[in-house]
Amino acid sequence: MKAGFRSENEASENRRTQRVSSGIGAALPAATALASLLGLCLLWSLAAGIWPSRAFPPPLEVWRVLLKEAASGDLGFHLAMTLWRVAAAYVVAMVVGSVIGVLLGTHRRADSFFNPWLILFLNLPALVVIVLAYIWFGLTEAAAIGAVAINKIPNVVVTMREGARALDPRFAEMAAVYRLGPLDHVRHILMPQLQPYFAAASRSGIALIWKIVLVVELLGRSSGVGFQIYLYFQIFDVAAILAYTLAFVAIMLLIELLLVQPLERHATRWRRRPA
Amino acid sequence: MQPVGVAAPLKVDIAEKTFQSAEGVKIVALRGLSFEVRQGEFACLLGPSGCGKTTTLRILLGLDRQFSGSYQLPEGGSNRIAAVFQEPVLLPWRTVEQNVRLALSPGLRDKELDWLFEILGLSTMRSLYPSELSLGLARRAALARAFATEPAILFLDEPFTSLDERTADRLRRLLMTVWAARPTTALMVTHNLREALLLADRIIVLSPRPAQVLGIYDVALSRHLRDAPALDDLVLDFHRRFPDTM
Repeated sequence: MKAGFRSENEASENRRTQRVSSGIGAALPAATALASLLGLCLLWSLAAGIWPSRAFPPPLEVWRVLLKEAASGDLGFHLAMTLWRVAAAYVVAMVVGSVIGVLLGTHRRADSFFNPWLILFLNLPALVVIVLAYIWFGLTEAAAIGAVAINKIPNVVVTMREGARALDPRFAEMAAVYRLGPLDHVRHILMPQLQPYFAAASRSGIALIWKIVLVVELLGRSSGVGFQIYLYFQIFDVAAILAYTLAFVAIMLLIELLLVQPLERHATRWRRRPA
Repeated sequence: MQPVGVAAPLKVDIAEKTFQSAEGVKIVALRGLSFEVRQGEFACLLGPSGCGKTTTLRILLGLDRQFSGSYQLPEGGSNRIAAVFQEPVLLPWRTVEQNVRLALSPGLRDKELDWLFEILGLSTMRSLYPSELSLGLARRAALARAFATEPAILFLDEPFTSLDERTADRLRRLLMTVWAARPTTALMVTHNLREALLLADRIIVLSPRPAQVLGIYDVALSRHLRDAPALDDLVLDFHRRFPDTM
């Protein structure tokens, strides 16, 4: 019993120290990041002051355009359109890619048959997929989102296939002996083991997806950040181009900080923190 | 496997089990292995390392179906089987209590388990994650999971290996306590003679590979009388009966 109580005390002590350190620990990186971004802005505005040009506006000019676009409602509309396309393509790519990846990772025969297909799709240029999608399915929203998803799916498949290969058979055997149902199996055995791979695929996924979404919008949509950038490119308005880009980067940063990281912390709460 | 009444025992009759090695060589792991475990009894499969004990258990657990022969599991009760593996095999991403309750059938997930956690000394550890437990405590949690299901038969595969002797001994006594509270037909695999003599009603003695039954040793002494000197006597008696083993 003594051993038992000791480990209990240790555990609760660990948790207490974690909580304390996470208070300071959360503030310090945030302050560092803020200082770093301010430094970059300062450098930018110095450089723009030394070489004044319409093609290289200072940060304040970009900020002014940003406010103007926001006030007219254009910024919000186009950001929302792009965000919705990113979200839709992300969901489609993650779901389809995960299912295919897990199937390939657990069925060796299917894997060796479909592997050449996978390599083909991995090496298909994004531009080709987008152009073909628009030609075959018309300039529609579904074609746009589908094209983005197809660009991302092979990456998800490769990552999730690795995850499925790394599944621990002992957990599956335990589940078989105790007769876990298929739903419980997915929820308690499969998903937690695949979570790190899912997180990796989704991290690299969101960044890739939003870049491809811009191309899709540029080629065949009449809304979204990509469409606006194309518009301002034609009238050579660099300040507006930067305003739209930075606004969307800021949104992606917020999603990462407020959605992705807390979710990931929740999913890995059982991992022992490094001392 | 035919349902035969409520109190049918475990009957094992494995004709042959072979493994194919990586070079394609056939290795016979089991041949002509047959034995029975009576209802409500704690039996031990005792044999040297590598004789096919774990293979036998994997067949009985339904994890290995590539063999010839048949076996019959006890019917009745919850009609479930439970296993304590060589390693605890707790899900690291679920707490101790969630690990135990996940093994229950969905309708019974909320049933009262305080007595079980209490007996096994896990009451204060129900909300901890397995990484926060010592190996001994993780083993206890694995025992709790097995007993929580109130199985028709309980299989234990060397559940006390890689523990220091004191911890292993405490765990063996704990196992007996919880087993006495809910007597369950049990089959434990071990290569440790003293452990078998301490826990079992009957010991099924196996030969080296391919495993066959050499004989049955009935432990006549009542369990609460099996202290260290009594165990020494039992070991001597066992060696008189089976001079060539262990």
